[in-house]
Amino acid sequence: MPELKLPDIDYAALLPMLILFGAACVGVLIEGFVPRSVRNMVQLVLSLAAMVAALVFVIRRAGEVTAENAATIGGAIMIDNMGLFMEGALLVLGLVSLLLFGERTLERGGAFVPHAAVTVGSERDREQAVDSGATEVYPLALFSLGGMLMFVTANDLLTMFVALEVFSLPLYLMCALARRKRLLSQESALKYFLLGAYASAFFLFGVAMIYGFAKGVDFRAIHEAVRGSETSPTLLLIGLALVAIGLLFKIAAAPFHVWTPDVYQGAPTPVTAFMAACTKAAAFGALLRVLYVGFDGAKWHFTPVLGAVAVLTMLVGAVLAVTQTDLKRLLAYSSVANAGYLMVGLLGGNKDGLSSTLFYLVAYGFTVIAAFALVSLVRDADGEATHLSRWAGLGRRSPLFAGIFTFLLLAFAGIPLTSGFMAKFGVFGAAIAGDQTWLVIFGVLTSIVLAFPYLRVVVMMWLSEPGETTPSVSIPGVLTSAVLGIGTVATLLLGVLPGPLLELADQASSFIR
Amino acid sequence: MTPMWYIVLATVLFSIGAVGVLIRRNAIVLFMCIELMLNAANLALVTFSRINGTLDGQIMAFFAMVVAAAEVVIGLAIIMLIFRTRRSASVDDANLLKY
Repeated sequence: MPELKLPDIDYAALLPMLILFGAACVGVLIEGFVPRSVRNMVQLVLSLAAMVAALVFVIRRAGEVTAENAATIGGAIMIDNMGLFMEGALLVLGLVSLLLFGERTLERGGAFVPHAAVTVGSERDREQAVDSGATEVYPLALFSLGGMLMFVTANDLLTMFVALEVFSLPLYLMCALARRKRLLSQESALKYFLLGAYASAFFLFGVAMIYGFAKGVDFRAIHEAVRGSETSPTLLLIGLALVAIGLLFKIAAAPFHVWTPDVYQGAPTPVTAFMAACTKAAAFGALLRVLYVGFDGAKWHFTPVLGAVAVLTMLVGAVLAVTQTDLKRLLAYSSVANAGYLMVGLLGGNKDGLSSTLFYLVAYGFTVIAAFALVSLVRDADGEATHLSRWAGLGRRSPLFAGIFTFLLLAFAGIPLTSGFMAKFGVFGAAIAGDQTWLVIFGVLTSIVLAFPYLRVVVMMWLSEPGETTPSVSIPGVLTSAVLGIGTVATLLLGVLPGPLLELADQASSFIR
Repeated sequence: MTPMWYIVLATVLFSIGAVGVLIRRNAIVLFMCIELMLNAANLALVTFSRINGTLDGQIMAFFAMVVAAAEVVIGLAIIMLIFRTRRSASVDDANLLKY
């Protein structure tokens, strides 16, 4: 029998992922052995510590990346500069949104239901209304974040598929865990799950087609097969299209965006914030790697198609955002439109496109987490009051929070001196340099359309009289205050002093094949 | 018999699954259609493994099977949750979130 040759595993490079998965496993044990009264504190501290530790190891790795030591586990994981930047960005955004998970002062027991399996409206459901919320969300979030780290560093399509599922499956569950409006929450989980599984089936079939074409699924083999192939590219194009469907679903690009508003509205708000920032960043990290590393030889084939998708995404997101009456849905459609702007940067196809997309992801992540943190503060007896009419006159009731929200909305709209302006400026500039001016024209036009729903909210908050039904803004606890502070300051700083992050993104914008 | 016919079969199975998800109404049936799509992908992987003369495809099919099993666990949990509340697994009944 021939001797089995095992691949080298560089544990130091994999440490951030291993820490997250390890802490998630410990978190599952904590669920079993630690008394319920202290579980929330223990789980929160453990998860935050794990993320900080992982972030420390990511930072320590920076600057040590060379072409020799980047690939590990037989080339399944590629921790190059780009992968490292995405890992760091995901950990920072995950850390900030995890603070929202731990908030327990806004509502007795937190935003999560104690026992998700209890039937809605039953006797036991009423009894558990006063119980402390489920703490399983922390290990689930850690598993999900670990999967995202794996997703952005995956160097072959099989690893990418496994990572896609590792980060998606916990998210489906987390969507179903809202304490209030449980029917909506469960419905959003069902929709997210069925459509997500549908999209990942497309992804897997695409992987099979590409395996048939390239005789391998790692990106170097695909790259060489695309470059050197004389055979007909039918299999390649079918495979690329199917893989792209799987990834475009995750970034919520039209026409694969239909799940976004429903899931964003139904899911517990902390989970929505986590999804809006981290899932989008992870999916874009993977899409960049697939298109820039694996299929760059097929650029002439995919650029026009993805350009059309980007235009459609921007149009759908902007136009439908105008018609929304629910704030969470409005933010969901704005996130769809933002996926379109990110794709404009991606299709620039040059180094600037890459670095501006990375900058955009981080800047948008901070802003959107802070926005959802604010949405979780405006409450009445039924929980969060997300209907737009309920926000009328909020500026009179609590000028500080209305002011912060106004600032965040202006950042979404891309007003100068906010991170939104720098981010949009970057991606549009890169697209013009990459001869994709038609995308920029649509980008600017839809930005104007998209400013309307944002400004409508601003006008409503400041210029309407508060009515009988205007809810009060809850005083946020320490954790939510921290999230609001970090998000707002980051939005301002990245708009005024974008230099350091731009430089970081610029250094990170190189792949190793 | 050339292995290419298995690719054709896999494509047909995949299409049946994909269309089934779009036209059926019961969440369980939808879920079975998705499983059919995953299995079609497995068949394609194994067949390409034979055509290419490498073993990678067969290994990948194992990974896909494990992932599909994990997906079943999550999926059935969510469908059960919906069924207990609504006494129905029809996806048309889950219509509170719209527009």
